[in-house]
Amino acid sequence: MIGGLFIYNHKGEVLISRVYRDDIGRNAVDAFRVNVIHARQQVRSPVTNIARTSFFHVKRSNIWLAAVTKQNVNAAMVFEFLYKMCDVMTAYFGKISEENIKNNFVLIYELLDEILDFGYPQNSETGALKTFITQQGIKGQLQTKEEQSQITSQVTGQIGWRREGIKYRRNELFLDVLESVNLLMSPQGQVLSAHVSGRVVMKSYLSGMPECKFGMNDKIVIDKQGKGGASDDAGKSGKQSIAIDDCTFHQCVRLSKFDSERSISFIPPDGEYELMRYRTTKDIILPFRVIPLVREVGRTKLEVKVVIKSNFKPSLLAQKIEVRIPTPLNTSGVQVICMKGKAKYKASENAIVWKIKRMAGMKESQISAEIELLPTNDKKKWARPPISMNFEVPFAPSGLKVRYLKVFESKLNYSDHDVIKWVRYIGRSGIYETRC
Amino acid sequence: MQEWANQLCENRQFGSKMTDSKYFTTTKKGEIFELKAELNSDKKEKKKEAVKKVIASMTVGKDVSALFPDVVNCMQTDNLELKKLVYLYLMNYAKSQPDMAIMAVNTFVKDCEDPNPLIRALAVRTMGCIRVDKITEYLCEPLRKCLKDEDPYVRKTAAVCVAKLHDINAQLVEDQGFLDTLKDLISDSNPMVVANAVAALSEIAESHPNSNLMDLNPQTMNKLLTALNECTEWGQIFILDCLANYTPRDDRESQSICERVTPRLSHANSAVVLSAVKVLMKFMEMLPKDLDYYGTLLKKLAPPLVTLLSAEPELQYVALRNINLIVQRRPEILKHEMKVFFVKYNDPIYVKLEKLDIMIRLASQANIAQVLAELKEYATEVDVDFVRKAVRAIGRCAIKVEQSAERCVSTLLDLIQTKVNYVVQEAIVVIKDIFRKYPNKYESVIATLCENLDSLDEPEARAAMIWIVGEYAERIDNADELLESFLEGFHDESTQVQLQLRTAIVKLFLKKPTETQELVQQVLSLATQDSDNPDLRDRGYIYWRLLSTDPVAAKEVVLAEKPLISEETDLIEPTLLEELICHIGTLASVYHKPPSAFVEGRGQHKRLPGSGGSSESPDAVSAGAANEVAAVIPSQGDLLGDLLNLDLTPPATTGPPPHSGGMQLGAMDLLGGGLDSLMGDESEPPPIPLRSDTPRSPPLPHQSSSSPENSLTELGGDLGGSPAMGAGFGAAPAAMPPAFSAPVSGGLEDLFDLGGGVGMPLGSFCPPKTVWLPAMKAKGLEISGTFVRRAGVIQMEMTITNKAMSVMTGFAIQFNRNSFGLAPAGPLQVLTPLSPNQNIEVSLPLNTVGPVMKMEPLNNLQVAIKNNIDVFYFSCQYPISVLFVEDGKMERQVFLATWKDIANENESQFQIKDCHLNSDTASNKLQTSNIFTIAKRTVDGQDMLYQSMKLTNGIWVLAELKIQAGNPNYTVSLKCRAPEVSQCVFQSYEAVLKN
Repeated sequence: MIGGLFIYNHKGEVLISRVYRDDIGRNAVDAFRVNVIHARQQVRSPVTNIARTSFFHVKRSNIWLAAVTKQNVNAAMVFEFLYKMCDVMTAYFGKISEENIKNNFVLIYELLDEILDFGYPQNSETGALKTFITQQGIKGQLQTKEEQSQITSQVTGQIGWRREGIKYRRNELFLDVLESVNLLMSPQGQVLSAHVSGRVVMKSYLSGMPECKFGMNDKIVIDKQGKGGASDDAGKSGKQSIAIDDCTFHQCVRLSKFDSERSISFIPPDGEYELMRYRTTKDIILPFRVIPLVREVGRTKLEVKVVIKSNFKPSLLAQKIEVRIPTPLNTSGVQVICMKGKAKYKASENAIVWKIKRMAGMKESQISAEIELLPTNDKKKWARPPISMNFEVPFAPSGLKVRYLKVFESKLNYSDHDVIKWVRYIGRSGIYETRC
Repeated sequence: MQEWANQLCENRQFGSKMTDSKYFTTTKKGEIFELKAELNSDKKEKKKEAVKKVIASMTVGKDVSALFPDVVNCMQTDNLELKKLVYLYLMNYAKSQPDMAIMAVNTFVKDCEDPNPLIRALAVRTMGCIRVDKITEYLCEPLRKCLKDEDPYVRKTAAVCVAKLHDINAQLVEDQGFLDTLKDLISDSNPMVVANAVAALSEIAESHPNSNLMDLNPQTMNKLLTALNECTEWGQIFILDCLANYTPRDDRESQSICERVTPRLSHANSAVVLSAVKVLMKFMEMLPKDLDYYGTLLKKLAPPLVTLLSAEPELQYVALRNINLIVQRRPEILKHEMKVFFVKYNDPIYVKLEKLDIMIRLASQANIAQVLAELKEYATEVDVDFVRKAVRAIGRCAIKVEQSAERCVSTLLDLIQTKVNYVVQEAIVVIKDIFRKYPNKYESVIATLCENLDSLDEPEARAAMIWIVGEYAERIDNADELLESFLEGFHDESTQVQLQLRTAIVKLFLKKPTETQELVQQVLSLATQDSDNPDLRDRGYIYWRLLSTDPVAAKEVVLAEKPLISEETDLIEPTLLEELICHIGTLASVYHKPPSAFVEGRGQHKRLPGSGGSSESPDAVSAGAANEVAAVIPSQGDLLGDLLNLDLTPPATTGPPPHSGGMQLGAMDLLGGGLDSLMGDESEPPPIPLRSDTPRSPPLPHQSSSSPENSLTELGGDLGGSPAMGAGFGAAPAAMPPAFSAPVSGGLEDLFDLGGGVGMPLGSFCPPKTVWLPAMKAKGLEISGTFVRRAGVIQMEMTITNKAMSVMTGFAIQFNRNSFGLAPAGPLQVLTPLSPNQNIEVSLPLNTVGPVMKMEPLNNLQVAIKNNIDVFYFSCQYPISVLFVEDGKMERQVFLATWKDIANENESQFQIKDCHLNSDTASNKLQTSNIFTIAKRTVDGQDMLYQSMKLTNGIWVLAELKIQAGNPNYTVSLKCRAPEVSQCVFQSYEAVLKN
């Protein structure tokens, strides 16, 4: 199991050091600093073995978090734990920075004591932790006996992510379907790979212990119902169901029920959390198409023309559009002309950045640039990194639709109809690249 | 309302906390003194502040142990925050001040009775972290209560505490019956208590391999599977990892467990998913392949594995390393998912390299076009390692998918045209392999290759180019000029290039004898007269003699048909792969090494539960272990029954005793198999050099790993192998360096005597260290070392001395292929930097799963060691006794039958002179080196000891040792199916007996 946990700043100074196991000596802290943080070459693996001791590290901005062990631990678990720890810290004091860590070091030690016992990860749900570890230390002495046992049963219980007795005057929930669409296209416009990775994020403000059921246009479910007969919204939309390659769920979802009936039922945590993640690869709506044209004119000049075409309903508007056209390292000057938006050559980033605030569907726009090059005797050809793109569109490129989210709370007297529900779709670019 | 109030409350606290960082800044001189005063202050606030300062100093590494009594005095407080801080301090310093730590005991005991469960748990949790014997005594009673506490939070904490206590004092835990209580907790009503109990028990069980502590039966399995649905994500991991150790009774049980585990594949936590994959991969072995469910399961595994690739990069890395294993074991799972392994421009380099590996594995005729297009793209990227690997991958594709070979070759030619130095070199190395796979097909490109001759500066590329020139000498008009140009700087070349050049010129000579006589004489004289490298020199002599005595034979030998090269590379050896599959998700699967290679202490080797007969059930193993103990105690006829031996060889390392009956056949098999691997069977050629391109240790170039050389090396080895042949070299006196006198014999005897006199610990035989690499030859790096076998592990012990003026860092080690497949079991761990005139003792555990190539002498080991300065090569010889395994004791009947069965010409006799031991002492001494006496017979005052030993590759050696009272000369007769080992075994006998 995890033998110890260290947090360093970018210089390699120790900010937090908590050792759980006797086999981790005091020199382990220095070993990691010397061999990884101060290593001359770039670190080539997130797992490092130094003198029979294994170090797992992740970086958040310029803070290093390292878990250390001498055993054959579950490596995936250690990384999951490190991410979780980052989440917990962020939930308590915001951004993970040297200042925030120093300001909260007592709290961090308390948390580390609670969420990792002898190197075994324990309940690390922020909702539960906040009931008894606050930034003013443990709330211990203020609690009544009932409160105490409520805390302990929540921390250890089946529903560790929600406490009892939550009350809202207005029962309300927000569902955000957030998708990032990824594309790799060849210069000839052939799709090399495309997939959508999506998340359903839920903000729930519901009283009591509500039982929820979530439904979407999952092909498997729709097909099953279709066999039963009535499919009323057939023909309403061209694409009524989508094939989901794989999905994963928050721990509140009953996985065995999903496995057997493919229904998503759960008791949600209070506040914001990620209900599910999914991945699709079939019938993706690619919101933009990039058509590049690069011509080398002699050895000192490049001509670049890039056309972008939007491919969705004309009534919808895409936002925050940014096209990044890489330029060679020996670029000496760039002239740009674009039809829409603003374009600039950024020498420090070796790229032309073209920004358009808004663009409606089924439109196209174009940029052309002349790139002057310094003559070099470097034999190696320019690698031509791909042209990348960023954008945001108000629909789900996978075609996913939320069909329902039903709420049942048998003990309190509110019904599904009384709950106010909001649904929003946002599609963003993930890695959206076209080779040129 | 409540929400708002909470938030307000928090905000206020936030404000008051913004000042914690000030504790990090105090660096005044009288700090400790000031802190002392503050700790003893009456004001609570001031006390707390002071403790915080102490903890901050502790974190940054200052020694604040002097404040121990003052901090402990603050423990008696109602303020929980203060209490936790004091506990934190205690955990850090209690060990250094055990007497003072006792002061804290009362508070702990009291806190364990506190009405607040959070405080009870805190006390029991902390107490377990204080590793002071006197405190652990007091811990037992409170722990017992807490294990039965009404509150689940306390129980789950107490469960972990048992594991802590076990780590401090295992005996105490057993005596107090805590293990039984822990087992009871598996049936607890609270899922988290169950999960923690499982975690604790699993860990404890690991240190008692045979205790059957984790008694996994269908009932417990059912309980665990139920808890699996209810506990936290971490608990699910503990439980799944534990389930993976279970062996189902039949395929139906196996299927029902799989059915209950598959829902976990949709969990958001990647570790849960991977652990579930592990259970499924393992239990799938039990399912009949024609079962519908088997197919369904295979289909279910692919999507979650692909999903892992959208996790954070570090997890992607772990996932990819595991997928690499899964793809080797069950390629069908991911065969349609090639696209997801395409490299993204922004992937971290470690993810890119791993993806590339998997792409090569999945490449097939169906997807080769896409793969090639991708690889070509990658070859233009920035990262040198990645580009090299991509170029290499193109070559692999050509070899793997015949239809694509032509496209691959033209792609490689395009890349050569880029003139990027490392791309060209890498391309030439792979083209050489393509030539071997498809002879007489692509030789038209040779002209293009030759154009780039001058730009090659890496040994591997130079060697490959030279091989090509030599192999196709008849088609290259100016082959002699090309090779001659290399010859000028012969002495500055690396060994690999020298060897290749020598062979290539001999080939050239055989093909065009008229014009190249001068050249061949030049190279052979360079190789034999001016070189210190025995490999180069000896093979030089062989060629020379061959050429001068029988040119026809020379042609047959040198221009022999080459064995085909294998299609797959970097495949993990099947038994290791099976073991690694049982460790999916863990570090072992990331390193691709068995846990024993990087974890201290001996671990059990896990195995897949095959439906075939290759595996043993855990019961059989433990039964075997029980028998073993009995087997070590000798039967009546044997006289080696003294307890000393029992103590010296831990029973567990003795291995299962041979079962009578079926064993006889098994022994034969082992012998056959061992022979084959030793002789380097030509029909199954060793694969192309394995390049374990793990990002951790940059690969050293193999000394002579280029495969075209293989056939020759083996031939050369065989020729020189028999002693008779060695004598035949009399014509060339310098030819035989003291190669046959291993460092264990000859002039070193005196040293041994000295060692014995000083009282070397009676253990496995360990020759004294000799200088392997003198500082003169290695730019100031001196290495001396020896080999020893400890507790079943072969260790290479080295003293590394820096005699240079500058600091040495970045040590790494690699072995050339060798007769027994010795290979480092882990990276060379030198706590660098090594400053000038400093020396360091390093012990490198070795395993015997590396590539095999017969060496001359048999126990020769060629080593490459790298540091920041350069790469150095040396060769050393290990006493063959380190390869004698612990279960090398043959049954009497088997011994008898085998002895008769082995032909008499495989028997060799040796004399050991000047040895003054009686037969019992000799037998004992030999047993410490795993040479086991099976029977003893006394005839006419002459003791005959019948002994057996087994080598790591399964070869058995049988021996008869004759000792006559009063005669200091012993006679050893060795019988073995691979008689070439006899010489080495004899040397070990001599060395051990005289030690």
